[in-house]
Amino acid sequence: MSTTTQNTVTVVVPGPDSGGPRRPTRSILTQNGRRPFAPVGNRKRTTRITNAIVTIFLSLGGIVMIAPLLWTLSTAVKTREAVFSLPPQWIPDPIVWENFIRVWSAGPLATGIMNSAIVSISVTVVGTVSSALAAFAFAKLRLPFKNAIFLTLLAAIMVPFPTIMLPQFKMFADAGLVDTLWPLILPGIFGNIVMVFFLKQYLNSVPDSIIEAAKIDGAGYSRIFFTLIFPAIRPAIAAQFILWFMAVWNDYLAPIIYLNSPEKQTLQIVIGTFNTQYAIQTDYPLIMTASTIALIPVLVVFIIFQRQIIESIALTGAKG
Amino acid sequence: MAIMTPAALQAPAAPPTPATRRSRLHRREHMAAAAFIALPVIGFVLFIGYPMLYAVYASFTRWNGLSDPQFIGLDNFVAMANDRYFWQAMGNTLYMMIGIPIGLLLSLVLALALNRKMRGTTFFRTVYYVPVISSLAAVAILWQWAYNGDFGLVNQTLAIFGIEGPNWLQDASTAKPAIIIMSVWKGLGFAMLLYLAALQSVPRHLYEAASIDGANPVSQFWHITVPMLRPVTFFLVVTSIIGGSQIFIEINIMTPEGGPEFSTASIVWYIWQKAFQYSQMGYATAMSVVLGILVFVVTAIQFRMNRRSEFSIE
Repeated sequence: MSTTTQNTVTVVVPGPDSGGPRRPTRSILTQNGRRPFAPVGNRKRTTRITNAIVTIFLSLGGIVMIAPLLWTLSTAVKTREAVFSLPPQWIPDPIVWENFIRVWSAGPLATGIMNSAIVSISVTVVGTVSSALAAFAFAKLRLPFKNAIFLTLLAAIMVPFPTIMLPQFKMFADAGLVDTLWPLILPGIFGNIVMVFFLKQYLNSVPDSIIEAAKIDGAGYSRIFFTLIFPAIRPAIAAQFILWFMAVWNDYLAPIIYLNSPEKQTLQIVIGTFNTQYAIQTDYPLIMTASTIALIPVLVVFIIFQRQIIESIALTGAKG
Repeated sequence: MAIMTPAALQAPAAPPTPATRRSRLHRREHMAAAAFIALPVIGFVLFIGYPMLYAVYASFTRWNGLSDPQFIGLDNFVAMANDRYFWQAMGNTLYMMIGIPIGLLLSLVLALALNRKMRGTTFFRTVYYVPVISSLAAVAILWQWAYNGDFGLVNQTLAIFGIEGPNWLQDASTAKPAIIIMSVWKGLGFAMLLYLAALQSVPRHLYEAASIDGANPVSQFWHITVPMLRPVTFFLVVTSIIGGSQIFIEINIMTPEGGPEFSTASIVWYIWQKAFQYSQMGYATAMSVVLGILVFVVTAIQFRMNRRSEFSIE
């Protein structure tokens, strides 16, 4: 299991963030513990100066990247009046934590979180199993016209959602499913072709011989999948699962089309509604509190799974 | 689509087996394989294949979403050609793609900086990546607030330097740039990460050989780094164009009316508005088919160019 991981997932971007015990290796130069081109004398000093300049430049950029998010957080705990104070307050005085209590009764935020959770979890859990099973079949099993079918599925990635959303809307309207969560869940549980593709590639590194051996031992195909394949490709599944989860959680276009009644809306739509509703009342702290709450789950997921996320993004793209 | 090369798709062909032995064992395997791929195939037919065919049909109809579509031939496409707003929405969408080259350039510089052996690179990578994973809806809301003419973060920052900023989203001349700036901010980390991964996979010996041959860092950059980054650049350009052509959330949240003087209305925003606010489903579908064809063309071009770029590297 672990060997397959090391063989296929080249850790292009190393290490979890700050403070981890493992010092990430940056380049081949240091990988073997030697530095064939160790800078000497003057060169070392130039490197240090350049590093300092680069760090300053990165810090300034970093402030630009993070400032809007900090500003949101800061506004979230301000009074309505403090929002308009000049000069602007980065650390509000007084800090009003009540906004975080007030926001729950100001709109259907709790049901929004609930609905988003229902959609994201059901889509990603069921969809991941469908995708992994299909990837297994496409990579390892014999089936006439297998590659033709696979290429046809892949071509679907080219179809932009806006092109098919109106016919899809008609289908779900005819089925009486508009203003329910079903139009968001159903298309997903049949699997995700990007995930099928990614897992299929990953499965190429799993030797055919272990499958042949299991077959000779009399194991059925579903048994082979669940006892051999699934554990072997678990890291790849985890990475794709998280990415997909975040994508569904953050989705906006499909929910805004299908969901009308407030108690059916997903979190993203709820905060969108907050935005229009409370901007009129200039209750900006409340809007920012709601936005903060919408950002927290994904940020937490990101911090926990940072490594897998970064690796799989780098991998997907680096395949070029 | 852009992430695979055709060669990688071909599974190794099964070794030929005598026809007599094939039947029983293989039939079992075929059944299992068919069952395993059934769900994605059904999902494809139901939610992509059929809707796509229906979209093509509906684009030739007058359809309000409630009654049955009525065939009207090419009328929708003729109307589209004469629709000032359609062209303006197309133009806006194209205009807002200015952010793509800017973002690519910035992210390459960032990746080069982060590819140095120095302290804090992991930290910075996280900082620059946080906007990427944040929900676009929440981010659009906070930028809308940041662009507020009187109390927004952007103008307050500009005030420090003695610049009086405009009322960004209320002014037709600054609304599009405002959205571009936000998109660059949001997407920077993603491109940076891919460039960083590509930079770290450039074989070290190329640089060593070049420096032995007396190449200076600048020419090493142009003759080794840039060509090695070409596949990633292609990937990023194409995915950004495809994503950019579908820009909607930012528009819908930051400029709910399509901006001052229709200045930020994107094509998907216009499709959405026609379909769900004016119930012109047939017309909206016709526009969505045009969008689909454009995306297809961009992808097809990518495929051709990508093939060429592979040759040039090897």
